[in-house]
Amino acid sequence: MLNYLITGISLGSIYAIIALGYTMVYGIAKMLNFAHGDVIMVGGYMCFCATTYMGWHPLLGVLLAMAVCTVLGIVIERLAYKPLRSAPSLAVLITAIGVSYFLQNAALLIWTSNPKSFSPIVGRGAVQFGDLQITHVTLVTIAACVVIMAALTLFTGKTKLGTAMRAVSEDKGAAQLMGINVNTTISMAFAIGSALAAIAGVLLCSAYPMLVPTTGSMPGIKAFTAAVFGGIGSIPGAMLGGILLGIIETFCRAYISMELSDGIVFGVLILVLLVKPAGLLGKQTREKV
Amino acid sequence: MAMLEVNGLNVYYGLIHALHDVSFHVNEGEVVALIGANGAGKTTILHTVSGLLGAKSGSVVFEGKDITKKPGHSIVKLGMGHVPEGRRVFPGLTVAENLRMGAFTRPKGEIAASLNEVYEWFPRLEERKNQPAGTLSGGEQQMLAMGRAMMSKPRILLLDEPSMGLSPLFVGEIFKIIEKVSAAGTTVLLVEQNAKKALSIADRAYVLETGNIIKEGVAADLLNDDAIKKAYLGE
Repeated sequence: MLNYLITGISLGSIYAIIALGYTMVYGIAKMLNFAHGDVIMVGGYMCFCATTYMGWHPLLGVLLAMAVCTVLGIVIERLAYKPLRSAPSLAVLITAIGVSYFLQNAALLIWTSNPKSFSPIVGRGAVQFGDLQITHVTLVTIAACVVIMAALTLFTGKTKLGTAMRAVSEDKGAAQLMGINVNTTISMAFAIGSALAAIAGVLLCSAYPMLVPTTGSMPGIKAFTAAVFGGIGSIPGAMLGGILLGIIETFCRAYISMELSDGIVFGVLILVLLVKPAGLLGKQTREKV
Repeated sequence: MAMLEVNGLNVYYGLIHALHDVSFHVNEGEVVALIGANGAGKTTILHTVSGLLGAKSGSVVFEGKDITKKPGHSIVKLGMGHVPEGRRVFPGLTVAENLRMGAFTRPKGEIAASLNEVYEWFPRLEERKNQPAGTLSGGEQQMLAMGRAMMSKPRILLLDEPSMGLSPLFVGEIFKIIEKVSAAGTTVLLVEQNAKKALSIADRAYVLETGNIIKEGVAADLLNDDAIKKAYLGE
């Protein structure tokens, strides 16, 4: 029971880190970046190449993955989304799906469809607490999630750039009148989101060490669900949504059915949205006159 | 030379020709009012001047620099503050955070002093500094929007409908503040539907009708102009 809970929190932590990327980009650019899941996959492959082919230390592999994904995120935004800044949101959505297919097929060309076996960044050992056994990967995943959450909360709450990001997410025109460069701020959101995706990719592949070009899609969709579940645009919401989703999914797998678990997860999302359309921690916006 | 010179400005929204060859100027130290009915193009002028909108032709010259093609975010640094229509405070940010955003382009060391200055102008804002701006009343939000623009230490302040939606008491207060801002040496370009109030504090004014400037003159003269009285002052 407790073991399942820990597994759930660990899986949920990965969802939460991915969901933070969705939510930051949505909060600022008001768009759903459906290619986000595939950035996770690129992060996984980068770390894989660095550690397996080049024999680098896993930590360097993570850094390489983060660097590549940050640049990739910025480039995707500049090339694919920026020209559509004033286009209808449907056009942006379809473009995002296109970028997602592009990344998957590029990965297929470079790394083929043969699964790569990813060597986890931390040893396969485990810590024993009485009956409870927690693997190192689980510990690292949960710790990473806590650190990222704390860092992001401090960044958006206390720093000048973080406050500027919130200002842009509330009113782009007014933010511009303050002298804030809206384009740079949007790039920054993509950069942070993509760096987080890289970390999530490495953690995901460490927990489930099988890497194929579609590795990112399902976790991407689930994390998107988590972001909506918690209230899209809200950082604590993404965190809460991710962890709850991870726990629900793990318990469904353990006690109800392996096959039905995904269906149940998405069913819970539908139920929550029926009761609270803005998500658990989402803000209902009201205008004051 | 005038501080702000606008020459032959043409602005389109898609196919709609919103501004027709609009030219005007603002001298240093003046309060200049743009008056006109809803949809006359007053807000469009301010948006074009501060770079939120692009012009099809014509130029905006501020202190000798052509800023027509400059991106909006880089114009603040040159010394132009803009209080937009509808106040547009950041509702989820606290009052203090809103004010700090106003000083985004300024070095960190100067912000505390400016913050105190703004609190002296608007003591109410200091009382509510840790409150989200969205919880303020309309009048308080207008004060915040003005204080936020003053945080950038502008040499010219663009005010878009500062009295809109405010109670008469607040309208009086806001106009008193505009006079104080002007007395403290800031040039003011004021857009107002409340023509009487605007003309009473302005030095000069321009009258807009469907994207054209149809009249200009000394504010006191316009206040006594029969046609203006009839069309805009409700007399």
